[in-house]
Amino acid sequence: MKHYEVEILDAKTKDKLCFLDKVEPNATIGEIKSMFHKSHPQWYPARQSIRLDPKGKSLKDEDVLQHLPVGTTATFYFRDLGAQISWVTVFLTEYTGPLVIYLMFYFRVPFIYAPKYDFTTSKHWVVHLACMCHSFHYMKRLLETLFVHRFSHGTMPLRNIFKNCTYYWGFAAWMAYYINHPLYTPPSEFYGEQQIRLALIIFLFCQIGNFSIHIALRNLRPPGSKTRKIPYPTKNPFTWIFLLVSCPNYTYELGSWLGFTVMTQCLPVAFFTMVGFIQMTVWAKGKHRSYLKEFRDYPPLRSPILPFVL
Amino acid sequence: MSAAAAGTSKAAHGDVAPKKRRGPGALATAYLVIYNVVMTAGWLVIAVGLVRAYLARGSYHGLYYSIEKPLKFFQTGAMLEVREVMSRVFLTWAVTHSVREVQSEDSVLLFVTAWTVTEIIRYSFYTFSLLNHLPFLIKWARYTFFFVLYPMGVTGELLTIYAALPYVQKTGLYSVTLPNKYNFSFDYHSFLILVMISYIPLFPQLYFHMIRQRKKVLGHIEDYSKVE
Repeated sequence: MKHYEVEILDAKTKDKLCFLDKVEPNATIGEIKSMFHKSHPQWYPARQSIRLDPKGKSLKDEDVLQHLPVGTTATFYFRDLGAQISWVTVFLTEYTGPLVIYLMFYFRVPFIYAPKYDFTTSKHWVVHLACMCHSFHYMKRLLETLFVHRFSHGTMPLRNIFKNCTYYWGFAAWMAYYINHPLYTPPSEFYGEQQIRLALIIFLFCQIGNFSIHIALRNLRPPGSKTRKIPYPTKNPFTWIFLLVSCPNYTYELGSWLGFTVMTQCLPVAFFTMVGFIQMTVWAKGKHRSYLKEFRDYPPLRSPILPFVL
Repeated sequence: MSAAAAGTSKAAHGDVAPKKRRGPGALATAYLVIYNVVMTAGWLVIAVGLVRAYLARGSYHGLYYSIEKPLKFFQTGAMLEVREVMSRVFLTWAVTHSVREVQSEDSVLLFVTAWTVTEIIRYSFYTFSLLNHLPFLIKWARYTFFFVLYPMGVTGELLTIYAALPYVQKTGLYSVTLPNKYNFSFDYHSFLILVMISYIPLFPQLYFHMIRQRKKVLGHIEDYSKVE
């Protein structure tokens, strides 16, 4: 069995950073990254981007050396992705914030509202309902992060945690401030009760739907693998929306927040819903495009996020 | 803020040797030339208006009114350069127009003068660039006058916003209070203070960007003269 020689150059400066000899032909990029890490301890594997071309795409950890278009002396280019943080850590941090922050406003912790309102509770039952829904939503997200999701990437750039937390925590505080305000105005007396009831039904329906999709996506992927398959409807009726939409998890998420907006009749919640919708649409379109690129037989009836529309 | 950012076309950025880039098509060039000529003319009108009014009155007092209409027209017309002009339009309409009491402030004159001179130079620069006949004087002026004009404009803008604050607070202009049906509130007074604070990170960024651009653009000229 002939061994390979591997040299790793800096993608920008083309300096020779590392030379590995006697590399097995069936070595994976992941293994090469570990070897590179030994000679450069500051660059742990998660922050290494190894590519065949300085400006090309990153190679995957699973790629095998002998299946790559390289000679017996392989030249790779290295780019530092910067400090990395695990997806799980980011999700847990960005979701715990809103949970805690909202409760601080709900219990009217001092220094938020006028002192005479400290530790009082709202007289409107919809405010209590909203707190339960908001808290349930973020607890669900935390539990899904710990037990349901299977991430294809282990890490993301560290700066994302600051960006993401600002978004989630900031909006949570903004919404919570108004909903739990002493001067909060609930949906009007006349049809207000029906409005809140309908909104609650939509919210719960979409929470169950969103959860069903997460479970269906999890089951597509065996534990520890990073395979990608086309998702299809299962026996669960909440997954039948896969017939019309590529990313129904986002569709249901939009539905949940629309429900919450109508329930609380609060403009900041409407803003949050709109901004989230825009971001999810961008993600859904990207995912839809990758599905189309990867699978020839991808169902043509599907739209990225809204059936027939978007 | 007196930013000199977005040109109206890639060629009009003109900061790097335009010869290497493919220019815009003939129709686009015609449009851009006309647009830039009109804008240059517009700001000249404002400049002339200011000078004439000063000569007629003998004082700076009330000069805003002599150029109020063309200022609103030409600044708003520049909406076509969305990126740069947001703050200018904000100053013009949401501060100076909306708060009558600041219209007689000297600070208004300060930023109008700064914008006027900047824009005349800038639009002449773009016009000449598009016609591939850029006099060195214009290029030099564009990348040198900003040293004074930026701080001057920013000072005028900040002082104007600051002057508007007490009136905004007293009248509750553009503000929404609780309780209301949509459970939303907005305090324009606090918003203006936030705008003023935002100048702290944003102004140095723009200023140093222009300084860097200056080194790049005018630096080359010095190299050529050394080679001679």
